[in-house]
Amino acid sequence: MEGFLLWIDQHQQMIYIVALMIFLGIEVIGRVPSVLHTPLMSGANAIHGVVIIGAIIVMGKADSDNYLALALGFLAVILGTLNVVGGFVVTDRMLEMFKKKK
Amino acid sequence: MALSILTLCYLIGSITFIVGLKMLSNPATARRGNLIAAGGMSIAIAGTIFLYKDESGNPLHNYAWIFGGLIIGAVIGTIAAKKVKMTAMPEMVSMFNGMGGACAALISMIEFRHEVHNFGSGSGLEAIQTSSQNDLRVFLVICLAGLIIGSVSFAGSMIAWGKLNGKIKDFAFKGQHFVNIGLLILILVLAVFLVGWLPASGVTIFYSILGLSLLYGILFVMPIGGADMPVVISLLNSFTGVAAACGGFLYDNKVMLTGGILVGAAGTLLTILMCRAMNRSLKNVLIGSFGATATASGAKQQGGAYKEISISDAAVVMNYAHKIMIVPGYGLAVAQAQHACHELEKLLESRGVDVKYAIHPVAGRMPGHMNVLLAEADVSYDKLLEMEQANAEFPTTDVVLVLGANDVVNPAAKNDPSSPIYGMPILEVELAKAVIINKRSMKPGYAGIENSLFFQPKSSMLFGDAKKVLQDLTAEIKNL
Repeated sequence: MEGFLLWIDQHQQMIYIVALMIFLGIEVIGRVPSVLHTPLMSGANAIHGVVIIGAIIVMGKADSDNYLALALGFLAVILGTLNVVGGFVVTDRMLEMFKKKK
Repeated sequence: MALSILTLCYLIGSITFIVGLKMLSNPATARRGNLIAAGGMSIAIAGTIFLYKDESGNPLHNYAWIFGGLIIGAVIGTIAAKKVKMTAMPEMVSMFNGMGGACAALISMIEFRHEVHNFGSGSGLEAIQTSSQNDLRVFLVICLAGLIIGSVSFAGSMIAWGKLNGKIKDFAFKGQHFVNIGLLILILVLAVFLVGWLPASGVTIFYSILGLSLLYGILFVMPIGGADMPVVISLLNSFTGVAAACGGFLYDNKVMLTGGILVGAAGTLLTILMCRAMNRSLKNVLIGSFGATATASGAKQQGGAYKEISISDAAVVMNYAHKIMIVPGYGLAVAQAQHACHELEKLLESRGVDVKYAIHPVAGRMPGHMNVLLAEADVSYDKLLEMEQANAEFPTTDVVLVLGANDVVNPAAKNDPSSPIYGMPILEVELAKAVIINKRSMKPGYAGIENSLFFQPKSSMLFGDAKKVLQDLTAEIKNL
């Protein structure tokens, strides 16, 4: 219990961020028209690809002779990149079609 | 210096995510919003690669591996995203979501291995000093959260992907909900045991949790019917967001935290909005009672006589109408008929017919799916009416052409309290003077329930593949 409180104390910034982001996330898309539900889901999908940063860090810290960690990290970087790049490109393709016609 | 630039990169990343998401929820700014978020992401990634230093101040190494992975992922991702057909968009999103979940789970696995290696000489956790136990416990909680959520999201997304492209059929067995709940409890108990007691068999338990989470992800999505897949994908999307945020805690990384939680919260709200559009609770979707009650009570309870209409008759009726409303549904998407549909619309317009589209919020396989498809075929944005607008116009509409939509025009949602879709807002097409329904057969739609609309005197059925029917109609009208 004490350890838990200590942890909260040390990470209060992060916890504030979490609390505020929850409300912000809800507020920011609160008025989305249903036509944009699919692109929005796809865009949000691309944004959580930010997990790639964790994969890069884990990869970059792995010892050069730890092949299992290297292989897993390599896989994580590929998958994370797929998520980011694929997500943004797909979203852009969807939204490209919404452009105003003359 | 380098570190404060990295902090700046992350700050820019976080802000672009928020601004991007905000702009994505407005049609006029959506595309720019997506690009802004992508730009912020690139800055955050580049910053991490070149400026990141660990606690002892060492920069990253293994650059060849990192860039190799980035390039492979970027090439495959771009090709997949460019090649995918517009109709297959939902499963593509589900696939990419699964990749993110898997990435989060892998990070947890590697970090766990690393930590065990650092603390204990053997594979056990028992040798750890009391002073560092607290740190280890906190680490394990975060690590396990990332592992469990990430792998559930991965396995679930893969099943959703398989279901949407028809590779995997619905599958449920008796008492599956209890098995699922039991499995979830088992996962949590194991996790609590691992964190609380730091047992010698910690590593085995860790991998058991991984296996059980994957199994749970599969069983969780398996019984949920195809019509509910959008909701499930949206939910798994927010799961992956939370899993990414766990990585943020692991590395004390604010941009991962911001992006992850933002998507977690927005994804949850989006899931709820989708459920609301179908007038169902999230709980109802998740325990999958939709499929169960529908097959049990809904199917084949009512039959009756329906009348068919020929292509040429339909062509005449539509050519001499003043106002036509097209209701697209999943059948249009499957048949890839959006271009054929636009052709017909243009031809009718040139004959002085007022043609509009009535878009139900959950038509197709994802909310907004129809809008995307029709936009691909160059249908102008202001021809697409949302449900409320469309319902106001049906009484003055001469002909409604329903293209492969079923549940979203089923009057049972309004007048049959025993129906599983009772209470879902629908397009009230029966208010129009005539309704032509294009379907491939009389088979019930996704919800597995009979549609009384088909048996009404003003309805007539036009069987066939949506694309072929539309092309035939267009050819026929040209000859009139």
